[in-house]
Amino acid sequence: MTIQFNDETFYGDFTFKNSDWAIKRFPFPFHEDSYMYSVNMEPHKSYRPGSVFERTFDVDEHYVSEMKDRARVLANDPLRCQSLPHMTLAGWDLVELIMEAKAAEYPDLFELHKDGNRWRWVNKPLGIDDTFTFLDESTLPYGPMEYITRQTQGDFAVLDQRDDNLWMDAGMVTTQADWSLDFDIGMNFFEWHAPVPKAHEMGIFVRALKFLLNIQQGQPARRLNWTMTINPLLDTSPENYHKWGVMKQGLTRENIGDKQHLRVELQTFFRLPRSNALVFPIRCYLISFNDLVKVPKWARRLHRVIRDLPEELAAYKGFIDNRPLMVEWLSQFDDGSPTSDGIWPDDD
Amino acid sequence: MSAGTAKLNVTVAEVKPVNDLVTRFKFVRTGGGDLPTFSGGAHTVVEMQDGDITRLNAYSLMSNPADRGAYTISVRRDDQGRGGSRFMHTKVKEGMEMVISNPVNLFSLDLRAKKHLMLAGGIGITPFMAQMHQLSMMGGHFELHYAVRTASLGTYARELSERYPGKVHIYHDDQNEAIDLNTLLANQPLGTHVYVCGPKGMINWVHATAEEMGWPREAVHSEEFLAPASGKPFEVKCAVSNKIVQVGEHQSLLEALEAAGIDAPYLCRGGACGQCETNVIGYDGKFLHYDHWLTDEQKAGGKHIMPCVSRFEGKTLVLDR
Repeated sequence: MTIQFNDETFYGDFTFKNSDWAIKRFPFPFHEDSYMYSVNMEPHKSYRPGSVFERTFDVDEHYVSEMKDRARVLANDPLRCQSLPHMTLAGWDLVELIMEAKAAEYPDLFELHKDGNRWRWVNKPLGIDDTFTFLDESTLPYGPMEYITRQTQGDFAVLDQRDDNLWMDAGMVTTQADWSLDFDIGMNFFEWHAPVPKAHEMGIFVRALKFLLNIQQGQPARRLNWTMTINPLLDTSPENYHKWGVMKQGLTRENIGDKQHLRVELQTFFRLPRSNALVFPIRCYLISFNDLVKVPKWARRLHRVIRDLPEELAAYKGFIDNRPLMVEWLSQFDDGSPTSDGIWPDDD
Repeated sequence: MSAGTAKLNVTVAEVKPVNDLVTRFKFVRTGGGDLPTFSGGAHTVVEMQDGDITRLNAYSLMSNPADRGAYTISVRRDDQGRGGSRFMHTKVKEGMEMVISNPVNLFSLDLRAKKHLMLAGGIGITPFMAQMHQLSMMGGHFELHYAVRTASLGTYARELSERYPGKVHIYHDDQNEAIDLNTLLANQPLGTHVYVCGPKGMINWVHATAEEMGWPREAVHSEEFLAPASGKPFEVKCAVSNKIVQVGEHQSLLEALEAAGIDAPYLCRGGACGQCETNVIGYDGKFLHYDHWLTDEQKAGGKHIMPCVSRFEGKTLVLDR
């Protein structure tokens, strides 16, 4: 196999770590020295071999351990995966989308063999070899969306499209930045975005919704979003805030490089063909400050972005109390020299 | 993003006259292979090279969405139209290579519905044919009421009655048969959604009747693609591309922009989807708004135009393109 999968944890002893390969391909989200919301969508086309933008669904060294973490979270809280009855067809669409993409783009890891509606799916990293009937739920161990998203990194919001709006009617959400599927299920686009500051006044959501409603088959889109997380914790859910919220209090000058992580979401959007629903995979990438500052450009830029971020954004993203410490620590890597445009490291 | 949707290269596999007005076309992927799956109610935009003119017309896909081997559409000849349907009827032959768009669905089923009540008029039958395929495969509950002019012009009426016994009701205008909409709507189970596709008058009638009878707005769905109206020629200044564009009598504003090499977005090309909405920078004259997208307020405001179907009469029009 081409990828060496890590054996690591995202809770408890937190043995998660990024290899040099993973650091170099990390999706650093800031293309300039400041940050403000924008719709910032681009076509989800294969871009920059080796980067997280190369494949339809990126698979990396964390795959196997992330899927174990998902199973653990689901065992404790089955409501992290929900699908309203009318969304089953969209689940099958997602099965097809992911299986076809992974089998074509990672032929050494995944295989899909079709004989009419009789499909055989081989997932070598997870040791799965299942044969089932496409569109027949009784032939899979879970519902179709749950089945395939237990085998795919990232959270998945499956949105029904009707009445010129999008509705959060299904999802698999175990690696979220402090939002809850169980709370949002059945809400429309404006309802589930209600807590976001500033963007409503800026008209961002009206424009974003219009864009999303018009996403067409065969023309997926993507964007990056980001926040901060203490410890490499995938499951920063409201349901478990009592467990992870307290971790924000133990940050010191000595442990910040190790504990503070930049959390980046690669968000993609696909029209699903049979159901006309939209699937919104939200893939989480974590990097510790210590690893991030190994790229000098990123270290300088992150210092400037965090230092100059508007108060309400720092508060909404949940790191306002730790911001002074973050800025102070990052400042030692910022000599004030200019940074080049774009998100990529300078060294290539 | 560029205009329209991703394109598919197809070959015409069959041209089949269905009756005096309607011809069916079957497309397969040029060079073989599967076409994308679609959902019932989707359309494709067919590109027609008619001499110097590129025509782009949207047609509902009527084949079984699960059949990825071929797409079929049915085209009603409109002798008063601008020439797209005439081109399809007279120029398109078996074996011809054409370009069509990926499927786009602006008339999709509400899959929450306990029952789907479909009302079709004339060629408006086509999106329902794909939807009925889809629903019968999923075990969905549906019923079709289909108004046709005469039995001989009742496109697919007999096939549908045979394919879905007990679920298809045909009404012939020439025998003074009409859908008794009030009774029909009054007798639907809770959770029914109504879909209508047909002439404008029929669509308005269904919406108005359903509203009068207290049906929720969200439970009534319609699709009507307008053909762009012809009109007096006019001139447009495009501020972004710094071009002056002449719009001909039988040309839409969108077609004129495209012919001038201006990248203008679109999806339905029929005034329904909103994708081509364009900001007006300045004007001296009168807008002829024909779309279903802009609100009456927006139409009166003079700040927006839908170039796929709407026109302008007057001295100057400056667009943000």
